Amino acid sequence: MSTIGTPPPSSEITSEALYLRRREFLKNAALFTVTSTAVGGGLLYLMGGGRAESKSGDAPPSADVTGNPATGADGRLTIAKHENLAGDEPPTPFDDVTTYNNFYEFGLDKGDPAANAHTLRPRPWTVAIEGEVAKPQVVDLDRLLGWFPLEERVYRMRCVEAWSMVIPWVGFPLANLLTRVEPTAKAKYVAFTTLHDTEQMPGQRRNVLDWPYVEGLRLDEAMHPLALLAVGLYGKVLPNQNGAPLRLVVPWKYGFKGIKSIVKIRLTEQMPAATWNLAAPDEYGFFANVNPQVDHPRWSQASERRIGDFLRRPTLPFNGYAEQVASLYAGMDLTRFF
Amino acid sequence: MTPVRRPPHPWLEPAILLGSLVPAAAIVTRGVRGELGANPIAQALNQLGLVALVFLLAALACTPAKILFGWTWPLRIRRMLGLLAFLYATLHVATYTGLDQVFDWPAIWKDVSKRSFIFVGFAAFVLLVPLALTSTNGAVRRLGFARWKLLHRLAYVVPTLAVVHFFWRVKKDVSEPVTYGGVLTVLLAIRLVAYWRTRTAATAR
Repeated sequence: MSTIGTPPPSSEITSEALYLRRREFLKNAALFTVTSTAVGGGLLYLMGGGRAESKSGDAPPSADVTGNPATGADGRLTIAKHENLAGDEPPTPFDDVTTYNNFYEFGLDKGDPAANAHTLRPRPWTVAIEGEVAKPQVVDLDRLLGWFPLEERVYRMRCVEAWSMVIPWVGFPLANLLTRVEPTAKAKYVAFTTLHDTEQMPGQRRNVLDWPYVEGLRLDEAMHPLALLAVGLYGKVLPNQNGAPLRLVVPWKYGFKGIKSIVKIRLTEQMPAATWNLAAPDEYGFFANVNPQVDHPRWSQASERRIGDFLRRPTLPFNGYAEQVASLYAGMDLTRFF
Repeated sequence: MTPVRRPPHPWLEPAILLGSLVPAAAIVTRGVRGELGANPIAQALNQLGLVALVFLLAALACTPAKILFGWTWPLRIRRMLGLLAFLYATLHVATYTGLDQVFDWPAIWKDVSKRSFIFVGFAAFVLLVPLALTSTNGAVRRLGFARWKLLHRLAYVVPTLAVVHFFWRVKKDVSEPVTYGGVLTVLLAIRLVAYWRTRTAATAR
């Protein structure tokens, strides 16, 4: 400490230092706030997969069903028969069923279909039925719906990603439709095709999968009484994001077999292509029967999380429908034909 | 009285720390309020893993920031970024073992040993542990700087494993893991170029 000159009164020094510190304090406080907000916000953004987070709000709009003879004013379907094939397991809440699913035609996130599927126009809708059938035809969906009484079927749904739901579908057995169009003796398989329209299905602009989505069943699988063509869930018309206006439900197979928004059903002699099978043949087989013994190459299929449950539960062979369907695969090596 | 010499930007560390705890706070709040969607455990698991990877890359970006822009402040927060990566990786692993598998050790062992994507992720976490344990100044002294530095080269290996873990995890759309892999490649490439330049400069002398 030098002692040159007369030191100013100590009170003055303190006050100036305080003054400077106060300015610095305010500056630092501002920089602190800006930095922490930017870091926090940036991390939240990355956590959401680089997207602004979509609020999965209320039940999204259902399909426009005006003119459909089977529906009332509120989208309620007239159901002739109820069948619960999920035992005493409670149905997964409507909000979960309609806001958490895969439908890559509307985005890759499981919340995307609910957020984006409003672009789909489920009416007017025609279905082409062709190939090895005695009565090939292009039929308006509302006309087709007049052919069969609707049934409610409560099924377990097991996704290949090891989560599951219980869903009260409304539809009619696929067998009813196939019988009506009279498969020829050559028909061995049934091939299904989803709508291909980048306007209505903007997700098809990205080449994540080979569009349109296609799926297939062996004819005896397709004729099985459990195989359902669904047009509704929870007693109401199918919401767009769940595959409106017509989708396949095969409860003993992984969910990706349940092709959505079907525009074409073709009976074939040869085994048809199936989208996920084409994308990764070692991971997704043509049969895709739910099988806890055959793991996905990258994750276990031994257990699953039922949406809404905390604990995982063991996965059942054929998703619990072995009694009804195991005979379809008698003598087949299910490890090879997974 | 001599003025105390304070480092520049005294707000930096506390601000980064506070901002970095936002994801953890958000996941817990959303989880409690039921806002993590229909499959909250999977959601929390994925998000915690992603944030851990972001911090691994952020810690790896400090040296390139100095090389490219001459900034030294990132080096001051590098240790903190690494420890935050460890924090989120621990939360990620804890969510998997505690919430997803509920301490079903046989199932966890089967997962780790059989599934390459889980094995790689687990390896990344295991390699991160010694780095967190030797992150103190005392550890540098005890190990000696050369050995400490050699050990901390694992900071290049861990994010690489983490990106592979992410890449193998996704079902089909690899754009997100590929983006993170790209960032990692750039960060490592900057180091290589800088190293190669100093070497040629040294031989030229």
